[in-house]
Amino acid sequence: MTDTRSDPPSLTERIRAVEAGAPVVAAAFLKETAAFVLGENTVTLVEETGAEQRVDVHRGGILCAAADGAQVITGGDDGRVMATDASGTATLIAADAKQRWIDHVAVGQNGALAWSAGKDAFVRPRKGHDRSLTVGSTVGGLAFAPKGLRLAVAHYNGVTLWFPNAQAAPEALEWKGYHAGVTFSPDGRFVVTAMQEPALHGWRLADGKHMRMTGYAAKVHAMDWSADGEALATSGADQLVLWPFRGKDGPIGKGPRLLAPTDQRVCAVACHPKQAVAAVGYENGMLLLIRLEDGAELVAKHPGGGAVTALAWNKRGTRLAFGAEEGEAGLIAL
Amino acid sequence: MSDKIPVTVLTGYLGAGKTTLLNRILSEPHGQKFAVIVNEFGEIGIDSDLVVNADEEIFEMNNGCVCCTVRGDLIRIIDGLMRRKGKFDAIIVETTGLADPAPVAQTFFVDADVGRRTKLDAVVTIADSKWLRDRLQDSPEAKNQIAFADVILINKTDLVSEAELLDVEAHVRAINPYADVHRTERCAVPIARVVGRNAFDLDRILDLEPKFLDRDEPAHDHAHDHDHDHEHRHEHDHAHENGHAESVHAAEHRATAGLAHVHDEDIQALALKTDTPLDPDRFFAWIQKLVAEEGPKILRSKGILSFKDDPDRFVFQGVHMILDGDHQRPWRGDERRESRIVFIGREMPEDAIREGFANCAAP
Repeated sequence: MTDTRSDPPSLTERIRAVEAGAPVVAAAFLKETAAFVLGENTVTLVEETGAEQRVDVHRGGILCAAADGAQVITGGDDGRVMATDASGTATLIAADAKQRWIDHVAVGQNGALAWSAGKDAFVRPRKGHDRSLTVGSTVGGLAFAPKGLRLAVAHYNGVTLWFPNAQAAPEALEWKGYHAGVTFSPDGRFVVTAMQEPALHGWRLADGKHMRMTGYAAKVHAMDWSADGEALATSGADQLVLWPFRGKDGPIGKGPRLLAPTDQRVCAVACHPKQAVAAVGYENGMLLLIRLEDGAELVAKHPGGGAVTALAWNKRGTRLAFGAEEGEAGLIAL
Repeated sequence: MSDKIPVTVLTGYLGAGKTTLLNRILSEPHGQKFAVIVNEFGEIGIDSDLVVNADEEIFEMNNGCVCCTVRGDLIRIIDGLMRRKGKFDAIIVETTGLADPAPVAQTFFVDADVGRRTKLDAVVTIADSKWLRDRLQDSPEAKNQIAFADVILINKTDLVSEAELLDVEAHVRAINPYADVHRTERCAVPIARVVGRNAFDLDRILDLEPKFLDRDEPAHDHAHDHDHDHEHRHEHDHAHENGHAESVHAAEHRATAGLAHVHDEDIQALALKTDTPLDPDRFFAWIQKLVAEEGPKILRSKGILSFKDDPDRFVFQGVHMILDGDHQRPWRGDERRESRIVFIGREMPEDAIREGFANCAAP
């Protein structure tokens, strides 16, 4: 498939290719060192100078990753949770007693870590000992609230909001179906899940009011909040879907904005950390930068290399890391 | 299409021999590498590098359809296994003894991510020849597993008499006349009879004649067993199923001659056919309404259809409410243009189905 539209401006000559050689599960920046988490065993680190280092982190498939700017946390089918820093030092965070798959990991603002194996979610606060919570089905996703030690645990028929340090019982947000992926709005007022069906579901935490966000062609795998926190950008359609979260009602009673229509499915999204711009990856390997105000497009990478599976910005928003299903990866300097 | 990983589902009541078959598949020198998904209550001692424990999680889809269930754990595990693509050629899913095969099968049609990367190859059910008839009496799950199967192994044949075996086979046939049935001791069966079947591939719907017992001479099995060329094997099967139609029918008479007819109270197969070309609009409207209303009762369906003024055969298959269909190939000149549909289900409204199908005839 080729990009047949009239030629938008292009950044493609600024790509520095990275030899990943395996499907890329996730990308992250550890200060200015880019980390590419591969499907098996390895995290590839690329310094700003271009020096590459392959670090063997897991003994098998890597299932999930999350980063806090200093280290990338990964979970594997070897039952281990690992932390890898920019120097290439990999540290064991936890090993599941039954060697179950680590399906999800999450990092909090305050140095807290979370992971899940089967129906069990675990939290490691920056200080203090590990806590665990068992929910009614396999955990579908984990997300820390932007403030305080509070974890959203997505599962079958809803989300459990858990305060690991509090005595109070976890709070249940119920909605039928399987919730595979969860995010808090940056202001902490909303929780949104990606469902097994091609739909999102949201709750306004103040009153538990439901938000049904439907109309997708496919399951939503990627969700990210705009720099100002007022929009949720998602994959799952042939265009970038942008749900409005400005004001107290969020998207209740409003439809999404749809930007950059193509004939290809969006499968990865990463919003710029400072500006109203999103990096959007497509099923055919194309990568666009899309201005959220007016939908203006800039080609960052032409199609090829398989579906884009990983996108990350550095903190200043001057560099973009990408990775794809068939092992293509690279860095783009803006 | 061809790079999709095939998935074989092993079902069967507790103790029927699922783990025996699994280990036989894994240990034979066929050059294939399998990833194995076993249930958490399964027996240990499975000889494979890639073994994943699953706890069977049945998720209802939030779409108002009660029979539209999927195996949530399979969606997660298949996604995870794909990280290690290249380490295995095929996947085997072993279910618990009480499992309903439908949610497993439906997962491959309902979940787009699973369907994009893998394809359901066949549901293989292992039955204990000594205890199957008892289980059919007391366990609706055992009955579902037989009804749903593409391949049935009647295992532990050394523990029963020939007369008992014939009776077991009659009970199996009463529920499912369309599966391939093999008699086995300790699950000894050529691997090619259980994996690489393409039973859910629309292109493989060749005919919908009831199948009769397959008593291969050992030399024949041996050839199959060592045949690693899939394309070649398909050609072989094709010839076997079509070219030897006469001998199959002869075998039918032999196989049924000494048997009392067994009628199952709960599960029946309903086969309908007509020479009159069908009207596609009428047919699709009817079949969609039928599965929407009666889906929970219809375990599986299949059809080969001749539409008026359409040079192509149309084929479809279904699991409960989920239908999958396509134009298959042009009708051949030497072929009888006949529409045939088959339903296997529980307490199906037979008269209404007959009448509805008759009304699909083109005017």
